[in-house]
Amino acid sequence: MESHSTYVPKSGFAKWFESRLPIAGLVHSSFIAFPVPRNLNYFWTFGAILMFMLVAQIVTGIVLVMHYTPEATKAFASVEHIMRDVNYGWLLRYLHANGASMFFIAVYIHIARGLYYGSYKAPREVLWILGVIIFLLMMATAFMGYVLPWGQMSFWGATVITNLFGAFPIIGEPIVTWLWGGYAVDNPTLNRFFSLHYLLPFMIAGVVILHVWALHHVGQNNPTGVEVKSVKKDTIPFTPYATVKDAFAVVCFFIFFAWFVFYIPNYLGHADNYIEANPAVTPAHIVPEWYFLPFYAILRAIPSKLGGVIAMFGSIAILAFLPWLDTSRVRSSTYRPLYKQFFWVFIVCVIGLGYLGGAPAEGGYVIAARILTAYYFAHFLIVLPLLGLFETPKPLPNSIAESVLENGHGGPALAAGATAAPDRKS
Amino acid sequence: MADAATTQEPTRRDFLYIATGAVGAVGLAAVAWPFVRQMAPSADVVAAGAPVEFDLTPVPEGQIVKLFWRGKLIFIRHRTQKEIADAQNVQIGSLPDPQPDSARVKDGKAQWLVVYGNCTHLGCVPLGNSGAYGGWFCPCHGSVFDTSGRIRQGPAPTNLPVPPYTFVSDTKILIGGGAAA
Repeated sequence: MESHSTYVPKSGFAKWFESRLPIAGLVHSSFIAFPVPRNLNYFWTFGAILMFMLVAQIVTGIVLVMHYTPEATKAFASVEHIMRDVNYGWLLRYLHANGASMFFIAVYIHIARGLYYGSYKAPREVLWILGVIIFLLMMATAFMGYVLPWGQMSFWGATVITNLFGAFPIIGEPIVTWLWGGYAVDNPTLNRFFSLHYLLPFMIAGVVILHVWALHHVGQNNPTGVEVKSVKKDTIPFTPYATVKDAFAVVCFFIFFAWFVFYIPNYLGHADNYIEANPAVTPAHIVPEWYFLPFYAILRAIPSKLGGVIAMFGSIAILAFLPWLDTSRVRSSTYRPLYKQFFWVFIVCVIGLGYLGGAPAEGGYVIAARILTAYYFAHFLIVLPLLGLFETPKPLPNSIAESVLENGHGGPALAAGATAAPDRKS
Repeated sequence: MADAATTQEPTRRDFLYIATGAVGAVGLAAVAWPFVRQMAPSADVVAAGAPVEFDLTPVPEGQIVKLFWRGKLIFIRHRTQKEIADAQNVQIGSLPDPQPDSARVKDGKAQWLVVYGNCTHLGCVPLGNSGAYGGWFCPCHGSVFDTSGRIRQGPAPTNLPVPPYTFVSDTKILIGGGAAA
């Protein structure tokens, strides 16, 4: 995108360096002069929040590894060692464990933002698909990380999830044995999960770079879904406007994070995971971490092992096809009266699936899970393709500037950029 | 340059291009295999699958004991007459995974049922002496097994498998013996 200004090195050293490695110019055009739609609301700060969460997880994780022992007979004790003996070990572990949940809270809001404002539509399909890949990598990382403390939930969670791959006919069992490195979840499994749990966050960081690159190439979507027409009128420079807004949101989010860490650090965990792994006894009620519950409900809703596995992976894979399943040309729900309602029905459906994923798999819960699973897929495969054909969108504003400067209430909580940014360059 | 290759005689560079590519591909495949294979059970894990002997004398009628072989849980169940009768008096055709009880125990040893102790659905350990058929009930996803370890209700696709074992004497079994497999 055309930028507000271009970087001009001032000092002699800056000129010398820029002509050899133009990194200052890259940072300047990406995070200082980068043009940001002037009507972004606080839902657009979750990218920055996620960036900070990734860094927080990597930093706390690297430190935890300095005290953790990835060996089946010692792992559980080493986590207790971290909790009791290591200086501030309790804090670091609670930051890391709750950090995973915060990461998912932020990513679910980020994804919901994309769904509500149609951020996946052309020309942002690749940006969106990269996001789906990050989401998958996050899920794999979180799952493997949860296994490392080697508690009862760790062990049985690992057993149940790895057994999913056994659903495939013929190749299933050899694959599961290969994943385990044995005939059951055991020390070899713990070791490889540890190795991959350390690797995957850096792969996430790599895909995040591509995600941001794609974002900066096509430009940000915005609450109207109308593309930037005039950089001068419709956008404001990233710094100071987006920088301070993102920083404010990050700090608020970290206060929320700190509340969990300091007041209810085990609220999102399971008591069973403070019992060491025992391959002879399964806990009475196995549930995955909260952020997997909707998908777990889909898995259990299908009365066939293979079918359940396919539906569960399909429920995530279908997101990657969203840019082509949604046939409407209008991006933002603000101008799509019907889609707006279906969006909220979909959100309720996912939350309902999450509730059912944590409930026992019996009676009415199973029937409800089947209905909601059917609706989940119907939303993508029936509702979205048809809505684009039958819905009459509201008239779109001519430009972003018009939407915020003329009617004054173009969308919720978005006037900040409009009033704070007269047409001058920073 | 590119069209030179299509219009002229093959050059030495074309030969190098194909030969290098071919050798490189073979080399890549050869080096990929060890990286894939290292994930499979290691020699010591396989060796831990050495046969184990188990003395049945201390197991009273009606009891289920658990033991591990190759890291996998195994149930040994000393079945009562009623449990044996329940397992035998079943319409085989009505089972999700049809198998007569006689195929799951050794001849003349119908009181001893030896099965793997992980649910064939997703690997949880079913609870013994529970469920509608008095066999096992899996608390994770609700699979119900009968007194022969056969799946009767729920999401598990197959019966609890019978590990390879033989009777070495009247009261002793050998799990994982070569002859048994």
